[in-house]
Amino acid sequence: MSLTLLLVQGLNGLQLGILLFLVAAGLTLVFGVMDFINLAHGVQYMLGAYFAAYFAAQTDSFWIALLLALPATLLVGLVLEFLVFRHLYDRDHMAQVLATFGVILILNDGVKLLFGSAPLQVPMPAALTGGFPIMDGLLYPHYRLAIIAGGLATAGLLWWLVERTRVGMLIRAGATNAPMVAALGVDIRRLFMLVFGFGAMLAGFAGVMAAPILSVEAGMGDNLLILAFVVIVIGGIGSIRGAFLAALLVGLVETLGRTMAPDLMRLFLDPSAARQVGAALASMLIYIAMAAILAFRPAGLFPVRAS
Amino acid sequence: MGWLRKEAPALLLLAALGLAPFAGFGEGYILTLLARAMILAMAAVSLSFIVGGAGLVSLGHAAMLGFGAYAVVILDDLQVVDAMVVLPVAMLAAAGFALVTGAIAIRTSGVHFIMITLAFGQMAFFTASSLSGYGGDDGYTLYARSEVNGTRILSDRLVFHFVCLGALTASWLLCHMLLASRFGRVLRAVRGNPMRAQALGFSPYPYRLTAYVIAGAIGGAAGFLFANATEFVAPAYISWQRSGELLFMVILGGLSGLHGALIGALGFVLLEEWLAHQWEHWRMIFGVLLILAVLFLPHGLAGLPAQLGRMLRRG
Repeated sequence: MSLTLLLVQGLNGLQLGILLFLVAAGLTLVFGVMDFINLAHGVQYMLGAYFAAYFAAQTDSFWIALLLALPATLLVGLVLEFLVFRHLYDRDHMAQVLATFGVILILNDGVKLLFGSAPLQVPMPAALTGGFPIMDGLLYPHYRLAIIAGGLATAGLLWWLVERTRVGMLIRAGATNAPMVAALGVDIRRLFMLVFGFGAMLAGFAGVMAAPILSVEAGMGDNLLILAFVVIVIGGIGSIRGAFLAALLVGLVETLGRTMAPDLMRLFLDPSAARQVGAALASMLIYIAMAAILAFRPAGLFPVRAS
Repeated sequence: MGWLRKEAPALLLLAALGLAPFAGFGEGYILTLLARAMILAMAAVSLSFIVGGAGLVSLGHAAMLGFGAYAVVILDDLQVVDAMVVLPVAMLAAAGFALVTGAIAIRTSGVHFIMITLAFGQMAFFTASSLSGYGGDDGYTLYARSEVNGTRILSDRLVFHFVCLGALTASWLLCHMLLASRFGRVLRAVRGNPMRAQALGFSPYPYRLTAYVIAGAIGGAAGFLFANATEFVAPAYISWQRSGELLFMVILGGLSGLHGALIGALGFVLLEEWLAHQWEHWRMIFGVLLILAVLFLPHGLAGLPAQLGRMLRRG
């Protein structure tokens, strides 16, 4: 395994981590503040990608599509909150899980109905098509670097919002002890709608950014959702900082593990067995990490909830 | 008589399944569908036993079926096909997996338990995908169904129908009796208030772990039947989506009793099948129905008759 490969995979891992963080941020806040499990958060990511594909095809511009897709995902998030989620806050986790699964089914099939079941492609913005020479003879695509930069900028903005503004203070207080915040006269429902809409938009933003490098298809949010859940559990439910670090960790482990595990296994096993065991082990790594963290540190790496 | 009345929904449902082949539902295609529904109902009943009875919400229950199904596959590859050997091995494999993972998972509770069972389920899934000797991702086609005393009696659709029904009934009865026993009362006490149960001198851990292992063994038996029903086993059977589906069946049916899982599983499978024949994008309708069920049936499908009764009385 060469240094070049390590570098490229490290950057890919960072990029996956950034996308994961954007999805996990909304999920962890919604879960932390309202104790609401939203399985349908992954479809916001898918919708972001579909909106990007649709608007890019209509306007021939990725940038206009990005600008239009963000308010569109925000709107869908708010409509869903109004129609379904609002009626589930007082229900137990079981009811929330079943109803939000229903939302996944509707939207996954809905996009197939509207856009057909064939995957869509989104052309890369012309300004970012080239590559950046990270080593002699090796170009790393500009677009992927732009995802990392855009994601880091968004993470910075989010950090500023949550740590430095009044609304952010209320959100942090809500994640620690929601009933107390409500008792102090804050309209927790409105606060939640805000968090919810913003979280939906962040997931949509991740979807828009991923659209040019992945194929846009129904169900693309489902597996990312499970990874996002792993992220928020490892990071500590309700913690933005925890979600950020855990997302980078999961992204790097997922990507680097896939390249390194087969090589590591070759030390113990013959090549074909090493490839199989290594691949299985690489896919399992983040779940092993999560099980270990849950067994020894159940509240995650950065617990926020008052016990 | 009180017991009979209380358990009437479950007993009527089981009786209806017994009569179905003779009441116009004896076609091969329908029997295959019913067998699948009954096997999933068996898994759902065992899941409902730990979710409703012990408060252990597992999102990795499909792994138990997976262990049972892969026991059939691995023994088939070794040319061991006698059900008298295969079934116990399938149940023991699943129970062993439940014992090892449960010993760790039961230290956590609530959402953390959901996530840690998901993690173990995913580990089982990726292990199964890496078993290239047994087809890897593509799955493994069995040579034939398991034999009983050297005969291929399980290949007869009607016999298999009643084997599935018998297994479902036995699982339901076992879970029912366990919940009604002193063991079940301790489980429910722990679910209701762990601290109070501990103050009474019960250590929750061994009770919960035992329940988890029993549910695992039943799941393994369901996996054995599932492998035999489809004569094909693939890692997709263990995916988290499948675990989620089992959990959704249990919640849809209602958690007030085991009959909820029966109604939920049969309702889920049959509705899915029927809708899929109506419209290509049937999942949209299914999703709407699930949301409506959550919003308007707080006690699940099993609570529907009582709810209607109340509405009628109120006029």
